[in-house]
Amino acid sequence: MVKEKLVLEINDLVVNYETDNGTVHAVNGINLKLKQKQSVGIVGETGAGKTTTALAILNLIPQPTGIIKNGTIIVDGKNMLTISESDLRMMRGKGVSMIFQDPMTALNPVFTIGEQIAESVRIHEGVSNKDAMQRAIEMLEIVGIDKDRAYDYPHQLSGGMKQRVVIAIALACQAKLLIADEPTTALDVTIQAQVLELIRSYREKYDTAMILITHDLGIVAETCDEVAVMYAGVIVEYGTLEDIFNRTKHPYTEGLFNSLPNIIERRSKLTPIPGMVLDPTILPDGCVFADRCSYVIDTCRTTFQKDIAVSDTHIVRCSRYQEPGFNIKRMIA
Amino acid sequence: MSEPILQVKKLNKYFKTKRGLLHAVDGVSFDLEFGKTLGVVGESGCGKSTLGRTIIRLLEPTGGEIYFEGKDITKLKGKALINFRKNIQMVFQDPFSSLDPRMSVGQIIAEPINLHKLAKDKEDVERRTLELMDTVGLAQRWYGSYPHQLDGGRRQRIGIARALALKPKMIICDEPVSALDVSIQAQILNLLKELQETRNISYLFITHDLSVVYNFSDDIAVMYLGKLVEKAPAEELFRNPIHPYTKALLSAIPVPDINKKRQRIILEGEVFSPINLPDECRFRARCNLRFDMCAKHEPELKEVEPNHFVACWANN
Repeated sequence: MVKEKLVLEINDLVVNYETDNGTVHAVNGINLKLKQKQSVGIVGETGAGKTTTALAILNLIPQPTGIIKNGTIIVDGKNMLTISESDLRMMRGKGVSMIFQDPMTALNPVFTIGEQIAESVRIHEGVSNKDAMQRAIEMLEIVGIDKDRAYDYPHQLSGGMKQRVVIAIALACQAKLLIADEPTTALDVTIQAQVLELIRSYREKYDTAMILITHDLGIVAETCDEVAVMYAGVIVEYGTLEDIFNRTKHPYTEGLFNSLPNIIERRSKLTPIPGMVLDPTILPDGCVFADRCSYVIDTCRTTFQKDIAVSDTHIVRCSRYQEPGFNIKRMIA
Repeated sequence: MSEPILQVKKLNKYFKTKRGLLHAVDGVSFDLEFGKTLGVVGESGCGKSTLGRTIIRLLEPTGGEIYFEGKDITKLKGKALINFRKNIQMVFQDPFSSLDPRMSVGQIIAEPINLHKLAKDKEDVERRTLELMDTVGLAQRWYGSYPHQLDGGRRQRIGIARALALKPKMIICDEPVSALDVSIQAQILNLLKELQETRNISYLFITHDLSVVYNFSDDIAVMYLGKLVEKAPAEELFRNPIHPYTKALLSAIPVPDINKKRQRIILEGEVFSPINLPDECRFRARCNLRFDMCAKHEPELKEVEPNHFVACWANN
């Protein structure tokens, strides 16, 4: 089999934040591979380590508290953690670009939106100011903003338009890998639909690979090929959309589905996951989800299962799958 | 049919701005039945929070009437207003900014009890506060803690306990779960549901999240630029949406199910400014059905099927 070229390869990444209250174990050994055109959704709740993973890919973990303890991150053949500062600057924007969560704070209030898009073009493409501005105006049209608005400042735009500008900046240099960190969380549903459609059509045109970080399984179902479910800095389940949605294996993934109110099945009572997310400064010996899991047995509390391959595409980290015939309750019609 | 607990008739709330009158709430009318939930959905800026705040008289209505248990409360003042507020309480969106950081959990929950002088003495205040903490599932060990020591879910439980302290008949919930993670969100929604079952509390449930409102409400009202454009029982609204805005809104919800493929309607453009609105349909510019009539007059909410109200010329 010919090995397909990977756009992204993360091996055993560990990221800690050293704080006054102890060491926060944000990411605890994750592996991730991404091919061209492919899109993977990283799903999980607050504190699961989704954004930390994204920042690590760009080598942007906040210093000095954030420390990459272990691991390699290869983007398009280059190790993001060891390359020189100037190479890194080229990779950011050209190799990997990121759409940040909050469009209200991601833009600089004292520059026009046209200038902000042109900036990354000028830096990465080495073109003149005039050409960069021309490219910025083209980008605005691609994201559906009238070109006259290139000379507007961020405060003159609505939230949806600001997010389009942030996307235009991220797309301007045709990076091979796009990281979208909750790109629509701050937006209304009808605007969210517009923005997701925009990202989809752009990726189709340029074959861009994407990591989509979200807490919304609905958005994943509509935009991603594969899904990584994260809990407490660990990928507890990984698989194709079919694997995760129709052949759910991990108790946490099941819990996420059950606690979600949805519009297909109306229920007056939801099934929440009991308890709270664990304190990230105290990492247990056993499984990170053991305290909230309804399938927990004694061994879960002492040893943390390594990845179990359920199929070629589907991986789960749950020791119960060592037992023949074990399965969670979730059934898909 | 019993008398509704809350009746809102042609309620207006306008704000004066430099550029003209901002119609935040514009001629909104509805009834809320005892022990039921009316969900109000809409996008940011549609006036749903202003509606809630005007009903509880945190904002002065510009026009229209509000009846609570048949009594006109639109013009209540002073003591009468304070007494009315015992019946109707509010749970706010952001459990991070709606709690005073310098007050302990116990003090926050006890505040309404003290203000309304409901308790005999200090011991009674404490007893009631601890009882309320039990009711909302907040461990007693948090009594002396401060809000910053608690996570979002627990903070929202404090907000709910504070609202319950006066034994209200009705609670206005303004985006009570939108700042919370899904697993915690489900816990809070279930708590609110249990309280409704045991205490027969009526809810006005304001949210932008359609899947939450669908699971939680008996009736749903859809708001657009200060006006109700459609109102129907929850199942009916989702099964048979009539207004083009409701249709687009429902089709835009991402569904966590890969086996059901849906047709999506993507709206063009964005919401208008609600300042100095002309007499025409507010949704006209984004609508795919628009015709002459839509530009001439504003459509009124009309009953097109039993209990199903729509404001749209195409269905009139």
